Order: sequence, then structure tokens, then C-alpha cells
Amino acid sequence: MSGLLKQIEKEAKGIRDKILKRQKPSMRFPLRNLSNVKFDPKAGFFEMGRKTKERTLAVSTVKTFAQSLKMIALSKNLIETDDIATKREAYYVAKGWSDEIRFGEQTESDTVLDDVEALFRVNREQLGFVPEEKGGEVAGRLTVFDEDRDSGEELAIDCTRFGSGAYSIPISVEHLRFESDAKFVLAIETAGMFQRLVKHSYWRTANCILVSMGGVPTRATRRFIRRLSDELDVPVYAFVDCDPYGICNIYRTLKVGSGNAAHINEFFCVPKAHFLGVTPDDIEQYGLPTHKMTDVDIKRIDDALKNDPFVQHYKKWQEALLKLKKAGYRAEQQAFAVHDLNHVIDTYLPAKLENAKAFLP
Amino acid sequence: MSEKTAQMDLLSTAGPGKTPDSGNGRTAKKRSGSSGRATAQSMASRQRDISISEFFSRNRHLLGFDNPRRALLTGIKEAVDNSLDACEEAGILPEIEVAIESVGSDRYLMRVRDNGPGIVKAQIPNIFGKLLYGSKFHRLKMSRGQQGIGISAASMYGQLTTGKPTRILSRTSSRRPAHMYEIQINTTKNKPEIVREEDVPDWEHAQGTQVEIEMEARYLRGRQSVDEYLRQTALANPHLHLIYSSPDGRREEYECSADELPPEPKEVKPHPHGIELGVLMKMLHATPHRTLQGFLTQEFSRVSVRMAKEICEKADLRANSRPKSIAREESDRLFKAINQTKLMKPPTDCIVPIGEELLLASLRQSVDAAFYTSTTRPPAVYRGNPFQVEVALAYGGDVDPDGTISLMRFANRVPLLYQQSACAITRSTIDVDWRNYRVSQSNGSMPTGPLVVIVHVASVWVPFTSESKEAVAHYPEIMKEIRLAVQECGRRVGEQINRQRRAAEAERKKSYVSQYIGHIAEALQEITGDSDKKKQQVEETLQSMLERSRS
Repeated sequence: MSGLLKQIEKEAKGIRDKILKRQKPSMRFPLRNLSNVKFDPKAGFFEMGRKTKERTLAVSTVKTFAQSLKMIALSKNLIETDDIATKREAYYVAKGWSDEIRFGEQTESDTVLDDVEALFRVNREQLGFVPEEKGGEVAGRLTVFDEDRDSGEELAIDCTRFGSGAYSIPISVEHLRFESDAKFVLAIETAGMFQRLVKHSYWRTANCILVSMGGVPTRATRRFIRRLSDELDVPVYAFVDCDPYGICNIYRTLKVGSGNAAHINEFFCVPKAHFLGVTPDDIEQYGLPTHKMTDVDIKRIDDALKNDPFVQHYKKWQEALLKLKKAGYRAEQQAFAVHDLNHVIDTYLPAKLENAKAFLP
Repeated sequence: MSEKTAQMDLLSTAGPGKTPDSGNGRTAKKRSGSSGRATAQSMASRQRDISISEFFSRNRHLLGFDNPRRALLTGIKEAVDNSLDACEEAGILPEIEVAIESVGSDRYLMRVRDNGPGIVKAQIPNIFGKLLYGSKFHRLKMSRGQQGIGISAASMYGQLTTGKPTRILSRTSSRRPAHMYEIQINTTKNKPEIVREEDVPDWEHAQGTQVEIEMEARYLRGRQSVDEYLRQTALANPHLHLIYSSPDGRREEYECSADELPPEPKEVKPHPHGIELGVLMKMLHATPHRTLQGFLTQEFSRVSVRMAKEICEKADLRANSRPKSIAREESDRLFKAINQTKLMKPPTDCIVPIGEELLLASLRQSVDAAFYTSTTRPPAVYRGNPFQVEVALAYGGDVDPDGTISLMRFANRVPLLYQQSACAITRSTIDVDWRNYRVSQSNGSMPTGPLVVIVHVASVWVPFTSESKEAVAHYPEIMKEIRLAVQECGRRVGEQINRQRRAAEAERKKSYVSQYIGHIAEALQEITGDSDKKKQQVEETLQSMLERSRS
């Protein structure tokens, strides 16, 4: 029996014994938000703090308590039968439960799942739950070694040979092996920019690996880039929009992980990543067209300055965010097209890469 | 109006006041040029006395005879009120029989019989055939009747609408025969006229009075009906045994729930602060006392010799001057002096409330509710008149939960069915913020919910807004007492509602919790692989644990 199965059984028996002793059982979950992470630059990622929330069985918690236990039972079943369920499938499994215990929206079942994952301090994939979301895409100077599910034969996937397409990062990346002579990894926010760079074979010109994150990178994407960074020993540069979301959500999560899944951050982040652009200075220097920041944007900046341990650790980030807030505008990475469609390839990226030391941390 | 009428009546004896001549004389001067108009002389020839009976025959709405439905109620009410007053004064537990018979389209015969002391033969015609004849106006004592208008007005109404005389049977003792009278009122002279009279030696009742009046009327059931009046009368008079035969052949009997009469209210002398100038003048003329000091100390309550001297000094009058000789100027000074002098409040032992216990018992009999409460305020004083307020509430149970609450108003144990919105009781009830007591109420209106509210105002002189005695006047002192009493009962109802809500909430929690217990036990068994027996054990323990927990 695996360690995890033993852990699950131990938890359930603990609850059962408490009940039989007529004591109120409780489950103790680590608190999953930014207030319960600390940033140690030496470790390079958000570490989960000691704060926990206790869900004691009472009138107000009885429903979630029952739902959590049922989810744990489902997970135990998945592990034992070596099966998987996506979060959405888990939601539909719960739909088959009786009326009173059913979830309303999927967000409710997701929250319970995340709680269970944090309770056992494991990656949800280990519990048999897999994400619905698709991982990122990869193109460039990289060969990925996967295996054929049926024959077990090793498959070498050359990421330079996808033409105008790209290699899709699978949901689980632990078994992959890499070979590459690239000098760096460029993690790109939008699929549009990724398309442009692939179309013009930028990876060949710059001798790099291009990864499209498509917004906040999924766990698989983060883990994939992390392994590239560790195993190929190449720098990772992030190229995102110059706005609070690009900086505080996409880049921050890529580099140090999230507050929500802090128990797995250690493996699902890229501490060696650096911020190539677009920086607030770039907007001025390249005369980029801007958009006015919304109230939500400004709130995000204030929130990051006040609560985000990562931002609080880096004076440079505080200055950059304050500058952005003062200017009151934001710019997208595709805004370079104002000069020329390929201005970003011909001018911007080469100029930035010449001085990689100046990248924001 | 009641007091004004009385005053007018009294003032005419005293002489002064605005005579019609003075006013018309001025008008005549102004218009002296125009010919063909009336002159002072021609007008004077037309001026004559207006009989009070004649006045009321034209203004019958003032007395509660404005429509056929209300006339029937007023007739019954006046007769029943008189019977109750008479029985109580004579110390007899009242037994009253009320019957209404239909005797043609829109014509009814009402009959009210009591077991009271009966009426001396010589007094019968005046009591039933003369307006403003009575024993209750000239005294201050808590009673239902006040001015001697009611029953004679009912006789007059019957006479005006049917031409039939009022028939009275009365017997004062089983050793004497009963007397039967048929009386009509001479409306011009305000005098009774005897149509028929005879002795009835074999009347089946040993003692009591019976009055029969035929009148144009309409019988309807509902909120302002005779039925409702009788129901409420029985409620406010727990010592009353009432038998009622309705025109549609129903017979209802209200047994008495108290087998003792309420203590007899004491008659009190008026308090100087409640008196009006005209009444003071009338009293000065009528007093047998020969000095002003004697008059003040003997005719009023709470005036000591020292106080009487102080009043005389302030009025610049000699304490030994003759009351009769005090002219108008001086009585005015005396009146002011009285009101400037601080006096002890009037005695309040002259008020007999129904009592919290009896009121509660009565309410229980009449309304099927889940919660009852009542309170009797300590006596208080308005304008020199002592009064007392009682309130009883019934909540929940079979009381209609939709619509506004039902408010029953009583004055000296008499139900008030008309003019609800003009009444101080209604106003004070609305002024209470019922939302504090978990009863819904929109701003400035009656609260809504399953609530019956009874308010009783008892006083030696209940101030009504009109002769028909249907609404209590808005004296701030009275309104304050009503509000305080209603609030006290309201608070208790609020506590009760809170208790009920908490109990319902606990029950709701229990059933909410129990639907998840099975799931918890099942999931635990699935993970641990426990036996069904153990699962059962977990389920039972959880159930008993969570049932007891409050959070």
C-alpha cells in the first residue's frame, strides 16, 4: 500500500475514533492564500507558512465536512484502481450523489478538492485528480524524450520540426527527458506573440526554446519550464504584457508559485526566471501605445504592494509597479506592431537580450 | 360634545352667555337701508326655544342612529349598558337576555331584559321618555352611562321610524306586581306621554326591567354588528351572564367566568383642576354651603382648609364670603386662582379595572391563541379626572395571521365598535413601534400579524369625541398610559416570538444536520473498510452529538 493511501486511511480512522469518543472531529487544512506564504530568496519560491484552518464538525460545517470526506473516498478509489478523474469529472461524480450533498457550481467542488490536496500536502495528480486545463506549447531547439504508452519504446520529439505548429506540454511531465543546445528559454504570455516568433523561426535566430504560457501558466507548464531550467541549466526569460496581471499574476506565479497551491510550489515554479519585458521603462523608450488602467488594475497593484511577499522583497518591483500606477497606463506585448509588425523580432528582443543582466528580478 | 352640551344646559340657568339678540341686532343695523329684508322685530317673532328632543331628532347621527344597521346596535347597547350599571349598583350579578325579532321588512323589535333592581313606577316614564334625564351626569363615578341620553334617544328613534311607543316592564320586588308602560316622547316639550299603563301581577320574573323598542333597522353580522358588541361585552364583563337570540334564530349564551361582582366604584367629588368655569359657576349657585371656604373644602376633593385659604387669597376673595353672591367677575378670578394653586392629585381608588387575571381569563375564553398576556397600569390623572388603562394581548394559535391585527377598544367595560381611526386608543397602538417586538408594521399604520389587542380605558369621566361615545379623545396623559401598557404586553409577545423562533431554528438545524450524518458515516466506512456495525455506531453517535450541539 502506498504511503499516501496509508495517510488517507489514518486521517479517516482518526476522525472515526474521535466520533466514537463523542468528541467533535476536525480536519486541519493549511491556509491557502498569500497571507500564509513566505518568500525566501535563497529557496526562490513561496513556501507555505504554518497557518492552518480547522474544519470542526458542527452545524455550519457539516455539509462541507461530508463533501470533503466523500472526495477523499473518491480519491482513495482512484488511487487503488489506478484511474484518473479531471476536476470536472469529479464534479460530475458528485452530481450523482444525493440532492442535499451535491455541489452547486464546479468552483465549489474545486475548492473542496484543493482543500483535500493541501490536507495531504501532495500534488492533486497523486490523488488521481488531473487538471482539465491544457498545458502550454513549445517550439525551438529542444528534443523531448517521451515513451509510447503501448510499446514502451522511447520517442524523440524534435521541437524544431513542427513547422508552423508546436509541441503540446502533456499534463504530467515527470517522466520526460530533454536534450538541447539552446541558450535560453523564452516564456511568452500570448499565443499571438508565440505565433509570430514561430512563424519567423525566431528560435533559430536567437538559438532558444519558445514556450507559450497562454496567461497564467498551468502547473504542468510551470513544471516543464522548471525542469528545462534545472536540467539544461539555461536561463528563463519571461515576456509578458506590461500590466499588473502580467507582472503580479503571470510572472510571479511562474517564478515563485501561487498562494493557493503553496504546498506544491517547491516543484511547480521557476526560481531562475527573469523578467525580460515589457517593462514600464520600455513603454517610454519604445513609445508604445497604451491603455488607461482600470480600477481593477490599480487595486491589483495596491494589493501586490501590500500583500505579496515577492513584490515586498524586491525594491525594483515596488518601484516598477509604483511607476506604472503613477503613469496610470498599461501596454500589451503586441503593441510593438505600431512601428512595424516585426519590430519586436528585429529590434526589441535583440536589444533587450544584449543586456540580460538588467532584467527585472 | 358631552361636556359642551351639559355646559350650555347649565349656563342657561345662570343667565349669561351670548344671547341671539345681540348678534342679530348688529346685523340689522348694518343692513338698515335695504327694504324687504327681515327686521330685528320680525326676526324676534320667529325666535323660540329649541327642545333638546327636537334637536336630536334632527341630529340623530350625533347619538349613533345615523343608519339602520348602527341604530339597532346603538339601541341594544344603550339598554344593555343601563342594565349592567343598574345591576352592579344594586349588587346583583347581572343576567341579561337580549332578543331581536324581525317584524317586517327593515323593521325589528329589540327586547332587553335584566334581573336588576327594577325601576320605581313613577320614574319609568321620565327615564325612557325624556332626554337628558338621569342619575349619572351630576356625579363622578365610574359607570357606563354618563348623560341620560342613550335609552330615551333609542325610544325616540323607534317612535320616529315606526310610530310605535316604547314598551317597558319593570318589577322591584316579587311581592309587588310588575308595571307595564307604553310611552311616547313629546319631542317639542321633551316630555314623556303615557300611551298605556297597567299592572302585571303575574310577570314570570321576580325582579328586573325589560324594554322593548320597535325600530327601522338592518341586521347584519360582522365587525360592527350586535353579535360582535355582545361578544365583546361578555369579554369585558366576566361577571355577566348573557343570553342572546338573534333574528336568524340563533341562540348564544355567554356564561359568566367570574362569580363575583367587581367591587363597587366609589363616587368622588370633582377635583378642582378638572372643572370648567361654567360648571364652577353653577356649583357656586347651587351649593348649600354658606362660606367660600366651606364650598371649596366640601364640594371638591383634595382641597384642605389651608389650600382653600390660599385659593381665596390668590383670588383676592374673603374666605367667608357667600358663594351665591360671587358674581361673574369674581368667579373668573376664583377659577384662575384654583388653577394656579398646586393641589394633591385626585384620589384614584374610585377606578375599578377588570384586572389582569380576569381579563386574561376572558380573553382565553373568547380567542383561541398560543400566547396570552395582560397588564393593568397604575391609575393616572388627566385634567383632574382619574383614569386607568389595561391591555391584554393574544398571539398565534387560531388568530388570523394575515392582515392587520384586531384591536378591541373598551371604555368603562363598554366595547367601542365605530370610529376606530378617530380614537386615542387606535392612535396610541399605532404609535408603538411593533417591529421591536417582531411584529411587522409599516410606518404609521396598524401592525399586521396573528395578534388580538384589547385596550380598556376606565375613568370616572371618559372623554369621548362625540355623544355616540365611540372614540376616546386624544388626551396626552391617556395616550401615554395606553402606549406604556401596550408596550409592556408587546415586549412579552416579542420575547415569546423570539422563543418560538429559536425553537424553530433549533429544529431546522437538527434536521439539516441529520441529512449529512449518513454521508459522513458512509464515506468513513468506504475509506477505513470498517464493518457495517461500526458504521452504524458512528452514525448514531454523531446524531446524538450534533442534536445536542447548539452551534
